[in-house]
Formats: sequence, C-alpha cells, structure tokens
Amino acid sequence: MTIRQFIAGVGCALIALTPPLAAAAIEDGKQVLRRANGAEPSTLDPQLATGSWESSILIDLFEGLVARDAAGNIVPGVAASWERSDDGLHYTFHLREDAKWSDGEPVTAGDFVYAWRRILSPALAAPYAYMLFPIQGAEAVNRGDQPVDTLGVTASDPHTLEVTLERPTGYFIDMLGHPSTFPVPERAIDTYGSDWTKPGNLISNGAFTLSEWVSHDHIAATRNPEFHDAENVALDEVRFLPIDDARAALNRFRAGEVDMADSVPQGRIEWARENLSEALHEAPILATFYFAFNQRDGSVLNDRRIREALNLALRRQVITRQITRLDQPSAFSLVPTAISDYDGPRFAFVDDTMDERLARARALLEAAGYGPQNPLHLTLDTITNPDTKRIPVALAAMWKPLGVEVTLQNSDAAVYYAKLRQGDFQIGMAPWIADYDDASNFLDLFHTGVPNNHSGYSNSEYDSLMDEAANTLDASGRSATMARAERVLLDDYALLPLYFYIKLALVSPTLEGWEANPMDDHPSRWMHFTEH
Amino acid sequence: MLIYTLKRLLQAVPTLLIVITISFFLMRVAPGGPFDGERQLPPEIEANLMAAYHLDEPLPMQYLRYMGNLLQGDFGPSFKYKDFSVTELIMQGFPVSLEIGGLAILLALIIGLPLGIAAAIKRNSTVDYLVMGTALTGIAVPNFVLAPIFALVFGVLLGWLPAGGWNGGALPNLVLPVVALSIQQIAYIARMMRASMIEVLGSHFIRTARAKGLNEGEVIFRHAIRPALLPVMSYLGPAIAGIITGSVVIEQIFGIPGIGRYFVQGALNRDYTLVMGTVVFYGVLIVLMNLIVDLLYSALDPQIRYDD
Amino acid sequence: MTSESKPYSGDNADGAPLPAGGPNPPHSHSGPNPPHSPEPETTAASAAPAGESLARDAWRRLSQNRAAMASLALLIAIVVVCVIGPWLLPWGLAEVDWNAFGTGPTLDNAHFLGTDANGRDLLTRVLYGGRISLSVALVASLVSLVIGVLYGAISGYLGGRVDNLMMRFVDIMYSLPFMFLVILLMVVFGRNIFLIYAAIGAVEWLDMARIVRGQTLALKRREFIEAAHALGVRDTKIVTRHLIPNAIGPVIIYVTLTVPKVILLESFLSFLGLGVQEPLTSWGVLISEGVDMMESAPWMLLVPSFFLAATLFCLNFLGDGLRDALDPRTR
Repeated sequence: MTIRQFIAGVGCALIALTPPLAAAAIEDGKQVLRRANGAEPSTLDPQLATGSWESSILIDLFEGLVARDAAGNIVPGVAASWERSDDGLHYTFHLREDAKWSDGEPVTAGDFVYAWRRILSPALAAPYAYMLFPIQGAEAVNRGDQPVDTLGVTASDPHTLEVTLERPTGYFIDMLGHPSTFPVPERAIDTYGSDWTKPGNLISNGAFTLSEWVSHDHIAATRNPEFHDAENVALDEVRFLPIDDARAALNRFRAGEVDMADSVPQGRIEWARENLSEALHEAPILATFYFAFNQRDGSVLNDRRIREALNLALRRQVITRQITRLDQPSAFSLVPTAISDYDGPRFAFVDDTMDERLARARALLEAAGYGPQNPLHLTLDTITNPDTKRIPVALAAMWKPLGVEVTLQNSDAAVYYAKLRQGDFQIGMAPWIADYDDASNFLDLFHTGVPNNHSGYSNSEYDSLMDEAANTLDASGRSATMARAERVLLDDYALLPLYFYIKLALVSPTLEGWEANPMDDHPSRWMHFTEH
Repeated sequence: MLIYTLKRLLQAVPTLLIVITISFFLMRVAPGGPFDGERQLPPEIEANLMAAYHLDEPLPMQYLRYMGNLLQGDFGPSFKYKDFSVTELIMQGFPVSLEIGGLAILLALIIGLPLGIAAAIKRNSTVDYLVMGTALTGIAVPNFVLAPIFALVFGVLLGWLPAGGWNGGALPNLVLPVVALSIQQIAYIARMMRASMIEVLGSHFIRTARAKGLNEGEVIFRHAIRPALLPVMSYLGPAIAGIITGSVVIEQIFGIPGIGRYFVQGALNRDYTLVMGTVVFYGVLIVLMNLIVDLLYSALDPQIRYDD
Repeated sequence: MTSESKPYSGDNADGAPLPAGGPNPPHSHSGPNPPHSPEPETTAASAAPAGESLARDAWRRLSQNRAAMASLALLIAIVVVCVIGPWLLPWGLAEVDWNAFGTGPTLDNAHFLGTDANGRDLLTRVLYGGRISLSVALVASLVSLVIGVLYGAISGYLGGRVDNLMMRFVDIMYSLPFMFLVILLMVVFGRNIFLIYAAIGAVEWLDMARIVRGQTLALKRREFIEAAHALGVRDTKIVTRHLIPNAIGPVIIYVTLTVPKVILLESFLSFLGLGVQEPLTSWGVLISEGVDMMESAPWMLLVPSFFLAATLFCLNFLGDGLRDALDPRTR
C-alpha cells in the first residue's frame, strides 16, 4: 500500500463517518428553546440528582406535589390542595385527578410513597436523602435500622397522601419543590433498572418528556401531551446544552445558538452590561459566599479576637465593586437578606467607619499577640475556580497591613472538599446555595456536628436555640428564635461572610415568561417566544 | 505478517495488565474521593454510598473485583455520570473524537507535508524561513488561545460558522474545531518532514541518483519523499492516540462531546471507573496505533519485513 | 523489541544504579578489574580532543545560522529581563494598586502595561511569570534529561535481557495516558510547584531514554569504546565518560524541544486551573486569565502571549539550528 492509497483510504473512511448537514435547531412553526445549562447532568433520576444543572432539567420533566411559578413562588403541582394539622405534624395532600404520567397512567399517592421510600432506602444511596429527614422515621429508614414501611407516608386512597413529620418543619411545603421529592415511575424502574432514565424508557409527569440524551452533547425534551396543564405550555421542545465553559456559553448566546445562558464569564460583566443590556439579568438568589474559620481544637482561629479582627478589616465593597464587579450586597450575616419571613441580625460593627474598624482590628490582633512585627501566618484554602480566584488575592492584600500573612492554596474540588471534611485547613471558602427558602437551611450549617459544619463550630446556646426553633410551630416565633441564634453566631464571629449572591443570566429578549427569582428556578413551561 | 500481528497483540496483554494495575492503585493514592463534593453527606448516606460502590471493601479486594469485571468486559458504571456505564460513555464519545482527531491529522498531513518538503528543498531560503516561521507560530500559540479566538472571530463576530456545538457532526460545526486542533499538528509535521527530508537529500543514494543524471523533480518525488516519510509515520501513531484523547481544550471551548474530557475530568472527579476505562481504552489504542504504524512502515520501507 | 547481541558484560561492582540484570554471560575480561592507572590519560586522548573540535565546529556552524543566533540573542534578552526586570519596576508581585483595577497600558501611573483585574501591575507579573515558566521548564527538562540519559545509556550499554526489561518498562509508561499521570501528580504534589515539575520531568524522560539508548547501541560497537574496554575501564566509567558525552548532540537537540514542550504543558495546566498558586504566576496563568478578557482588555492576553510565543519561537529556531549544526549528515 502506498502512502497515497493510505491517505485516500483514511479520507474516504472519515467522509463516510460524517453525516449530512444536520437540520437547523428550530423547525418551522415550532417553538424550540435552547438552554445553555451549566454542565452535563450526572443523572436524570430525581432522587439521585444533586446539581442545579440537573434540577433545571428535572423541574421540566417531573412535577412534585407542589411546583414553582415563573417568579419562583410555590403553586399547586400534583397536589391541588393540602391541609396541615394544628400541631404542624400532619399534612394531607389532595392529588389532582387529571395528573398523568407521559404513558397516560394516572399519578397516584402511591407513586409518592414509592418515590420517598426509594430515596430513603440505603440501597439507593441517594446523596440528598437527608432532605426528607423531617419526615417521621426517615433517618432510621435511611440508616437501615427500620424497614421502609415505617416511614410516615401513606396513601389513604389513590388521590390522598398522608404525611407525618418528626417535628413541625416550617419549610416543609417549600421543600417539596425540590426534585428529590418528585414522584418516579415504579414500573419503568422495575423494567429497566438503572437504565430507566434513558430516552424511550423514561416516563415522566411534568410539562415535558425526555426525547433525546446524547451525553455531553444535548438533552431534548418535548411537550408532554398528557400533562394536566399541557394546553398552556407554549414551547414544543426544550434543548438543554451542557456548556460548562462560561465563555463558550457567551459566544453561543451571541451567535444566536442558544436562547438562555445561566452565567456570564468573570470579567465580562461590564461588557455585557454595555452590549447585551436587553438580555442581561442580574438578580439576587438565596446564597451566601463566606469563608469558614476552622475552630476545632488547636486552631489559632479558636481565638474569637482574631476572627473578629479578620472580619473587621475586610472591605467588602471593594471586593464586590472592584473584584467581582457585580455589586453584590455585602454580607454581614450568614442568612441572605432576600430570604422569606426572616429578619436577621448583622455584625455589631456595621455602623462603624472603616477607620474605626481597622483601629479595632489592630487592637484585637495586638491583644492576641500579633502585629506587623510579629505577623500572624494563616493559610487560606480555595477550590480551583477561575471565577473566585481573585477574591482570596484581595483578602490577603487587605489583611496584610494588619500583620496577617496569608498563604493562598487552591486545590481541585475532590482534594478541597476532603480537606474541609477532615478539618485540615485554617480558612476555607464555603459558598452555600439554599435548597429551600428558609433561614434554617443556612443556620443549620453551624449546628454542632452536622455534616456541612466545616468550621467545627460548637456552641450549646446556639444549638439549643436552633432546636427550639425546629420545634416551634408559630412562624414568627420560630423566625425570632432563629434570629436570636444567628445573633449568637455573629457575636462569635464564627464565619467570614463576604457577600450574598447575584445571579447573572442571559435571556433572549424574544423569550417571554422568564423571571428572575431568588430560588433561580426557571421552569420552561411558563416560557414562550414572542416572534420566531 | 498475520503471525507477527498476533504476536504483537499477545505481547501487549501483560503490558496492559501492568498499566491497569499501576493506574488502579495510583488513582487511589490521590487524596479525596468520588463523593467529596460541595455538599458534605451525613455519615449514614456516605456509608450507603461506599457500600453501593464496594468502596468499603479492602483495596486488594476491590482490585480483584475490578479485574474480574473487566475480564467480562464490564467497566462498571461511571461514578459521576451515573446514568451511563463507562462503556456507553466511551462508545458515545469515541466516534466523535475519532472524527475530529482523524480529520485534524489528515488536514495536518495534507498541509504539513508539502510545506515541510518545500522548506527542505529551498533550505535556508526565504521560503524556508517563511514556512518554518508560520509553522512555529502554530507551536508557539497555545490552542486554548487559538480556539477562543476562532470561536469569537468566525463564530460570533463574522458569523460564518457555528461558535460551538456538535450538531451530530454537521460539516459547519466541524470546521473550527478541526482547524484549531490541526494547527499544532501542521507545525510539528512540517518541521519533522523538513528535517527528515534534509537528511535524506544529503544521503548517499540521493547523491548517486543525482550523479546518474536524474532530474531534480524525479529525485525528490521518486526517491526522496518515500524514505523521508518514515519518521513522520512513526510520529503519527502516538500523535493520533494523543490527539484523539487529548483534545480536552477543543472539546471544552467548542462543546464537542468527545472523550478527551474524560481523561481530565475523570481524574479530577475521582471517577475511579471512568478513569480506569479511559486508561484501558488509551492503552489499547496506543498498542493498535503502534502496530498499524509498524505495518505501514514495512509497507513503505522494503528493507523491513515482518515474516516471522 | 530488539534482540541486540550483547558483546560486553558489565560488572556492577561499584554500586552504580544499574538494575540487577539477568544472567550475564561471563566474558573473558570481566571480573575484578585491575587498578587502572593509564585510564584517565587514555580517556582524554581518545575522546576529549575529538569532542572539543566537534563542539568548536558545531559552534562555528551555528554562528553562521542567522535565525538561530538571533533566537539565542532574544532568548538571552528575555531571560535577563525576567531575572533583572522585577527589581527595576516600582511594583511588587502581589502589590495591589487600589486605584487601578484592570486599567490599560499607560504612562500616567507607572503601570506601563496596565494592571490585572486584582489591581496588580501587569508588566511586573509578566516578568515574575517568566521566571516561573522558564524555571519550571528548566527543572522539568533537567530531571528528564538526567533520568532519560542515564536510563537510556545503561539500557543500551548493558543490552540483552536488561535492555529488554528496561525498554519494556518504557513501553508501559508510554501506554499510560500522560494527562492522567500529570493530573495525579498535580493533585498529590499540589503544594509545591517545583516538586510538580520535577515530577513531570520524571514522566517526561521516555523519549530521551529511547534516543540515548539508540545512540548508545550505535556507539558501543565503535573502536574507542572497544579500546577502553580492552584497557579494563569499568562499565560505569565507560557509560559516563564515553557513551554519554558522545551522545550529547541529539540530547542537546532534544532538550531544546523539551523546554518549550514543558512551557506549553505548564500553560495548558494553568488553563485547566491547575497552575501555580497565587500570588505567584506564570505565563500560562496570565494567558488563560487574558483569554477571558480578550475583547475588553486585549493587552492582558497580548503581553504574556507575546513573551510566551517569542520564547517558544526562539527555542525552536535554536533547536533546529543546533540540529543542523550538530548532525554530521546535514553538512
């Protein structure tokens, strides 16, 4: 064989591999929404999913007892209505008669019983099983100590679901908007096992149903004619493109290849404000960017004076104006101000001038035995992420004049989170994005011994206030107790909050029905194109 | 030749076994595990997960279990992409990577070889400097700079081609990633061809051919190119394996669903099964590529025969 | 794999780091070596003058190659600027100018090439980044050089079963995806950049070992090696004094190719976010930061890219020039 023959052969083989020019993404007369969707989903099993890029697909495919409207408010979903008992421990959900799966079968209370038992079963090993721990017996079932039928969930008839809780959980209804509580089709799971989420196998009960899934390429969902509100769903198809590179997402938005993108690259925000002002949305979401102080035994950060000094010397506005350039609200507390039904405290120093704060910070450090002559050496750990790498640099520069020498250390996600878990750090980046709209979703992070208490913070007064709040039925009383707990936390300077998140989104001006909302949930069922 | 091929394939088996074993234990040495994520899991859930993936067993036991499954052709499910088995992921991504990578290498050969030959013939002339200067630009600009510039200029500003996406491998979607991927290869191939061509042109048999009065064109096209191709051939084997598996930058920037990203993400996510799958796949690919190159070598160079 | 016959057996008496080989066939002159007094003189007489004239000859021919000489000059200039430059500039590596975040090149505030998004002087950072990029490349190349040369020379010289085994190991290393190894190394040695690149050098030596082995196989049949052997010179000395110096040509050429390869690798890892730790920086880190700002602040991409491209250009031209100068066949 000569080289010429070889090249010709390879050429033919490759040309044969190339399919003819694919049709354009938008077919005539059909409304097709193309969403740049963060990353490749790890799974489309609602009970195993964990990421926001999975939730955004799952809320289109499935519908829980409750759903969210375009503004993120809870609206009835499969449950048309519900009642709560006076002690707040019993819920009765009345399921709508016309709720159907995409194969035409009705959605019943039994589907929820099955799904909730499933997520809690030790064999499934669902990461988000803890979301359901407020339900009676859930934790014991998940540990494998009790059989699944001891779970406080029963179907008294096909359209009535009875739920018993461990304790009155103020956010229970809001929590039901989370995909981990969505129903799943038992027959498909029985038939296909772990392959049940593949196109063709997946049966869903949401506004859309899965039609294509090519890993790392796209997921297509078409309108589900069996959906109870199908006549009000305008889009014929939604395509989720797993674009994990924010620059690529921006490029493709500008090139008109996607209609929505859930990010804007760091450093391009001012450009986007100028050039894409009609498409750019900046809105607060329920999330706090904070750093955890390691307060385990033997850590230098066990000294409250040092924690306070580090908090005092932080020019939060410089970071949000000059570094992130997103003008996020400065955080002087743990719980975001945008959270519903909660009026929390802030650090005591918020009303002082920067000069007063710096003077106090110096005095505190000196009292603790540190200063420019005898610098305090700290290591600040971050996760490898181009979007947040500038912030630690700025922190180090701000603390330096006080005599605090910071060594920056970034690691890949697996190493970083392993370090947090093992308490092998001094100051560590710990952003928290809410799973449901309730202050306890943040405040629970500092309860002694809970998994995400990275700081190792432990304060019995705090714990007992949080326990008291968990068992308080009265909403305003509960909120006030939680605020008292947060006061304790802030007086301890137990964390280093920086800002509350602003979420950026690019949405084509021709797309209507998209609304910025604090949960950052955007079901496609409310959207449509005005001209196409 | 068939016997030689079979022998080579048999020889590869112990190599692959050692590669798999090394990778298996190396991967476990890395700090952090597949379940170390943003949300730290309650101990009971973590215990459930460890049990579900048999990570609670002693390491040698896990190794034996993995090797046992592997012998049955089962790479296991991906830790990260739970709905797909590792085999499905690789089989979905490989044709894409093969197409992009194969076209890039083809393009690089079509452009790089003539450039290298021209530069060698006109050695130390303006042509030479121009060709080599251009080729070096291809080497000197990292492709994570080139690819975004391509996407921006041709995809966004000019709007001639899609800025990204695979679209089932449609031609317009192929152009930018293939070109971006081939630029570095063009440079390498041109340089290599130039160097080996110069060497051949200085050799005795070319001098003899010239002395016999053959004209220069005949000397070059009938006698010089063929032996000069040999070093390029031996470069191609590892280069194809490398380009198919190592195009993570291009995949990320253009949103191409290839397998290059699995080599990086698999390791970063501690997706043990996916990493092992890619390692095995890469090992097999390297063995096959080297074998093909050696067979082609014998086709090009009559002095080499694999008769035994 | 080669089935190279093995003309000389080695006695590994003086603890050189040679792997324990298979059964070496006893040879007439193996065994305890006699004290060899004439040996150093012989070495000098047989190899040194030839080597020196070769070097002088090569240099003469290199200096006639204008592209290579210009590259050498520019390369030296870049190195000098990166080493000395930061001391002459008014800004420190991590020093933040709170009044200038992401500003363009200007003469007004002594940020001649502007500032980065953290308000740090870009020129200062480019020069510091050059120090890192160049030194990691040097570290990795040197490590790969030392390992590769020793490994290849030993393997080629000992030949036979040992050679077979050693090359088999190289094959195994080749079959491991390089990215996977590098990422694991980054993850394991994440704290220390030089350790990482030493480790990268430790997986980059494969080509070098093959090249040197090939050279050694060719050289060891040559008369002066046989002469040294006949005079009873020990194997370790033959390898270090004769084989390695005589294989130096291809080795130098290969090093000039390894250095740019490592610089590019470093920049690629920086793109993946696995680069050096802040506040340190490198050209790769600066470039990948610059790519983000390509449209709004092009100088952040152009300046470090220029330094990187110029360095790679020069190294490659120099490598080509050296190849032409050192390879006798291209005369």
